[in-house]
Amino acid sequence: MAKPIKEDPKDKVGTTGHSWDGIEELNNPLPRWWVWVFYLCILYALGYAIAYPAWPLIHGATPGLLHASTRLDVEKDIKAFDEMNAPIKAKLVAADLTAIEGDASLKAYALDAGKSIFATNCAPCHGAGAAGVQGKGYPNLLDNDWLYGGAIDAIHTTVTHGVRNTVDPEARNVGIYMPAWSDKATGALADVATAKLTDEQVGQAVNYVLKISGQTADEAKATAGTQIFTDNCAACHNPDGKGNRDMGSPNLTDAIWLYGGDEATLTQTIKFGRGGVMPSWGYAPEGSKPRLTEDEIRAVAVYVHSLGGGE
Amino acid sequence: MWDYVKLIVLAAVAILAAIAANYAHDLPYMVNAIEVAIAATITFIYVLRHVGEDKTANPNEYQDGVIRAGVIATSFWGVVGFLVGVVIAFQLAFPSLNLGNWTDGIINFGRLRPLHTSAVIFAFGGNALIMSAFYVVQRTSAARLWGGNLGWFVFWGWQLMIVLAASSYILGGTEGKEYAETVWYIDIWIAVVWVAFLFVFVGTLVMRREPHIYVANWFYLSMIVTVAMLHIVNNAAIPISIFSSVSVPIYSGVQDAMVQWWYGHNAVGFFLTAGFLGMMYYFVPKQVERPVYSYKLSIIHFWALIFLYIWAGPHHLHYTALPDWASTLGMVFSIMLWMPSWGGMINGLMTLSGAWDKLRTDPVVRMMVIAIGFYGMSTFEGPVMSIKAVNSLSHYTDWTIGHVHSGALGWNGMITFSVLYFLTPRLWNRDGLYSLKLVSWHFWLATIGIVLYAASMWVSGIMEGLMWREVDANGFLVNAFVDTVAAKFPMYVVRGLGGAMYLSGALIMIYNLWMTVNAQPQRAAAYAGVPAE
Repeated sequence: MAKPIKEDPKDKVGTTGHSWDGIEELNNPLPRWWVWVFYLCILYALGYAIAYPAWPLIHGATPGLLHASTRLDVEKDIKAFDEMNAPIKAKLVAADLTAIEGDASLKAYALDAGKSIFATNCAPCHGAGAAGVQGKGYPNLLDNDWLYGGAIDAIHTTVTHGVRNTVDPEARNVGIYMPAWSDKATGALADVATAKLTDEQVGQAVNYVLKISGQTADEAKATAGTQIFTDNCAACHNPDGKGNRDMGSPNLTDAIWLYGGDEATLTQTIKFGRGGVMPSWGYAPEGSKPRLTEDEIRAVAVYVHSLGGGE
Repeated sequence: MWDYVKLIVLAAVAILAAIAANYAHDLPYMVNAIEVAIAATITFIYVLRHVGEDKTANPNEYQDGVIRAGVIATSFWGVVGFLVGVVIAFQLAFPSLNLGNWTDGIINFGRLRPLHTSAVIFAFGGNALIMSAFYVVQRTSAARLWGGNLGWFVFWGWQLMIVLAASSYILGGTEGKEYAETVWYIDIWIAVVWVAFLFVFVGTLVMRREPHIYVANWFYLSMIVTVAMLHIVNNAAIPISIFSSVSVPIYSGVQDAMVQWWYGHNAVGFFLTAGFLGMMYYFVPKQVERPVYSYKLSIIHFWALIFLYIWAGPHHLHYTALPDWASTLGMVFSIMLWMPSWGGMINGLMTLSGAWDKLRTDPVVRMMVIAIGFYGMSTFEGPVMSIKAVNSLSHYTDWTIGHVHSGALGWNGMITFSVLYFLTPRLWNRDGLYSLKLVSWHFWLATIGIVLYAASMWVSGIMEGLMWREVDANGFLVNAFVDTVAAKFPMYVVRGLGGAMYLSGALIMIYNLWMTVNAQPQRAAAYAGVPAE
């Protein structure tokens, strides 16, 4: 039980005289500070409603003394930035691709813009840090190993048209895939294979690739795989296995892999094929705008060029 | 006679639901129809076994059975809701926990999120409101619950709604409106049950033996009436087929958004604020055994609160397609709402004057006080976040999530726990709670859990808000969206831990309540009767 209270407020202010299930109510007045803060809030509300758009009328609403508009604010901000950057954008588009990096002001702007464009558009696949997604076929852009070339104009072309997409007629590698070589594979990637390999033959080819990439391989199988490689793989990956940039076929002799260089992943790749896709950023079908404008593509190309070894 | 009408109706419902399951266009509809058929069959068998029994109850005795069931349901759904919350909190930190490969998307974050919000708001909060309203309205009216077994219909109808909603969510049934995801036929059922709730409540008030209506009942009644209106207007939709769970809303575009957030904001305002203030106005004075601080304040803040709250919805849509004038309206009404909200806090806290020593001795009072404290904090934070300049930073960030949870965990959760601790010994005629020490444990686990939750979400929300708006000298955004996601990871882990602490506190409560009912001695000479006039 509660201990006795020295000064019971009940004696001081009294109650309303009602009691519900033993609950009484004191006759305390409204706290003064509460009333005043409430009044101040109402005053602030009225003042705000006079200064800003507030009172709905039949056509539109009162604009307020300040004529504030959130939409116009955004438009103004965007316009200000557009106007500020317009001259340098024009200069970027007009410049020779290979000359951009020689011009300090152009390069500074392109790197800055490119970083932001990359973060918004490219990061979902290539990662925020451009390291790609290892094992998923999204290339790492930080190294100096390029499927289609790492010079500024090669990067520019790849970004503009993309890879194997179904929209841009100039996309790289349309119709060219890593075929599915397994005799058990079906579908489009199996249809482009010029031969059907048994599981044993696939195993031999895998060991050959392991060997030329400097990993531990089964010597007997690798030797048997030499002929398989020459007959089926060399056409794209070159007899020495170093790949061919004209068709984006990767170099198989280094330690850099799109999908992975371990035995299991190589087996999967050879058996069931691969065919990564990159969107076209510069192509615009009739009546629409490209996803990136030329100055944006150039900026992002300069940025990506700056990340890799800078071929 | 009445029993036979019931049997015919139940049999018809069971058969029609089975037929509907056969013609269902989609999985959620089919599963829901089967559930309805099962529920109708079980009720049919129950009614059949009790045909012709004398059901007249003593009008001088409170109807407490339905409240006992409500206490159990509130505790059960609370734990379910908190558990799902902890799961989705960790899914955000560790996306592989979606287990998409094994579960075909059934427990993806997107399916579980509405399950969590509906479970805590409508299953846990809804049961707490219905159960406490039934208790309070009987005690403060000195009258038995009106409508015979209509109270039981409300209780079981609400549980059926919860089961239907939960199973349809995880199977992909949704209307895509926040806090109103339930598909059209569940919406209709909610309206039916809610109107029955209104009848029971108003019927009991009309039959009261007290000259005046106690303040707690004003809050409950405003909640019941307004939620009915909000629910019906926001869910107006046309089903694409009588056999499909899919429907098309009758509003479109920004009007639809405005109606949705008029609903969404007032679901918070009337369901989670007004209704729970009703709880506070009865259970706080009862537990501390002191009179309510100020009758005047309760009148003024009640009318100010319900008048101002209903206009504040547009602050959820600042900087969207909503016109600026509507935005202003939402903001200024939110600012004016600050003091009316705090009126409830003052009345709750000051009711303790003369009994502050109970904070030391009674952990249930401590729970009530911290609940009122969190109520005051979140009803201050709300108006602050409604200011356009603040909202431009806070909108779409975790700050909003933190704000909601300091209110939901701190205010709604804590006041409900204290009510459960108050009611269980009384409803089961037990000699006090099994362990006050365990209540203390619950109190500290929950409090620290909330602090971890709210603090981590403030940090993560303000951080991502600042990262999103950061532009460099040339006007380009500095951060990729994925950068902000990566930066939030540690905060997500802390939030998950806070939630896990809150959940473990609730589990301790369940154990404590269970032992109170099963291990505490019967209270001597207990009689839950209506006092003589």
